[in-house]
Amino acid sequence: MDKIVENYFNLQVMVEAFPTVLGGFGLTVLVSILVIILGIGVGLGFAVLHCMNSRALSAAIVVYVDLFRTLPQLVVIIFVYFGLPYAGLALSPFATTVVALALVLSAFATEIFHSAIRAVPRGQWEASEALGFTYFRALFLIVLPQAIRLAIPLLTNRAIAISKGTALGTAVALPETLGQAQSVMAIVANPSPLTLAAAFYLTFFIPLVIASRWVERKFSPRSR
Amino acid sequence: MTTSTLAAADTAPMIRLRGVSKWYGDFQVLKKIDFEVARGERVVICGPSGSGKSTLIRCINRLEDHRDGEILVNGVTLDHSMRSVAAVRQDVGMVFQQFNLFPHLTVLQNLMIAPMKIKGVSKDEAEATAREYLLRVRIGEQAHKYPGELSGGQQQRVAIARALCMKPTAMLFDEPTSALDPEMIKEVLDVIVELAGQGMTMVCVTHEMAFARTVADRILFMDKGEIVEEAPPEAFFTNPRNERTKAFLGQILHR
Ligand SMILES: Nc1ncnc2c1ncn2[C@@H]1O[C@H](COP(=O)(O)OP(=O)(O)O)[C@@H](O)[C@H]1O
Ligand SMILES: [Mg+2]
Repeated sequence: MDKIVENYFNLQVMVEAFPTVLGGFGLTVLVSILVIILGIGVGLGFAVLHCMNSRALSAAIVVYVDLFRTLPQLVVIIFVYFGLPYAGLALSPFATTVVALALVLSAFATEIFHSAIRAVPRGQWEASEALGFTYFRALFLIVLPQAIRLAIPLLTNRAIAISKGTALGTAVALPETLGQAQSVMAIVANPSPLTLAAAFYLTFFIPLVIASRWVERKFSPRSR
Repeated sequence: MTTSTLAAADTAPMIRLRGVSKWYGDFQVLKKIDFEVARGERVVICGPSGSGKSTLIRCINRLEDHRDGEILVNGVTLDHSMRSVAAVRQDVGMVFQQFNLFPHLTVLQNLMIAPMKIKGVSKDEAEATAREYLLRVRIGEQAHKYPGELSGGQQQRVAIARALCMKPTAMLFDEPTSALDPEMIKEVLDVIVELAGQGMTMVCVTHEMAFARTVADRILFMDKGEIVEEAPPEAFFTNPRNERTKAFLGQILHR
């Protein structure tokens, strides 16, 4: 028992590690928020383009979605970091992690939004068109608001899952929470900083999960 | 517009179909339909399920496109141009079997969105119109509820009010009471009867024969994509000429 406390809950080690891990935590939060905003924004844009009745455009979007849904996140990160410089685009570890995870989230978000748009009953389109809405206006004013409500639960789950992938940024030396904890751990030869990192993850992701539940409840379809 | 064309527009039929045919793949749903509705006229269409009633009225506002023949609505010939379709949809309101209210909008917003976004009516004016029509369909108190909080009969009355807020010159009803519990049918039919009394041109697909008898100027019977009988209510019920009409009426009136 003492061994466990000594190794994993060593207060002195934790206090020393705190500033470093906290710095990493700030980065984790920043990366996650950027990934969620970019990933969901791009996903929504692609889902709308997918509805534009252009075969070529839709085919390109399907390839994009299937590619980034299938590749492991770590592979995408490494490809962006080590591959893109050959194309003349060298990104920092920070930009790499944001771009790679946003690519992955946007692929899932495109698919989720697109399925949600198709799940809106045909009668909604017909009623809109009978009233005189053009296809675009029916899409933006009537169908999309309903589709977004349908998409929210799936989207929040996926966004949280992918945000946890920020820890993979260590692979390209991004000094995020887990990476910082590990480097301190190596120096002090004690794994307590990991506990600290875990605590930080919880302080971020638990509120995120609670917030997502709230959003889900707020936007769930109303019924009798 | 000159006086003479205005006069012509007044006497010309509100809706005219000539030789309209439509296919789904190899299956011909509409077979050379000729059909006219005069201004202010009320026409009821009945017929067995699958006979093409919905397809016919959905061609009138181009929710379906026809292949052969000509459709003229309020002087506009329906073709592929966005302009003709938009013009016709402004003139013609539609009420569906499944109501199709917008579930994410309140009753009031359901009624205001089309006038505001399509006609550019101001918010105040749209709301005033919406409230007026809600009173006319007797749901004045439910303005701020969501469709999901209303009964089927109430939802269908909201759907009627929503169509009326666009100030259409004709209304299409596709089995407006078929999805309703029996005790709610009357409240919806009463609203339609009242509308008919105010001189609205209407085409209504329904199997409510008592309603058809009071409201219709003319009843059409469709079978297998054709209009096989067309007569004023009295003649239609007492003296149907076609065998298929007789068989259908026998079934529907003696249930
Ligand atoms: N989108 C469609 N594709 C193929 N067949 C259809 C489609 N819509 C309707 N039909 C067929 O056309 C026929 C007429 O349908 P409909 O006009 O809905 O009949 P009704 O309203 O008289 O019941 C039916 O046999 C139906 O199965
Ligand atoms: Mg039908």
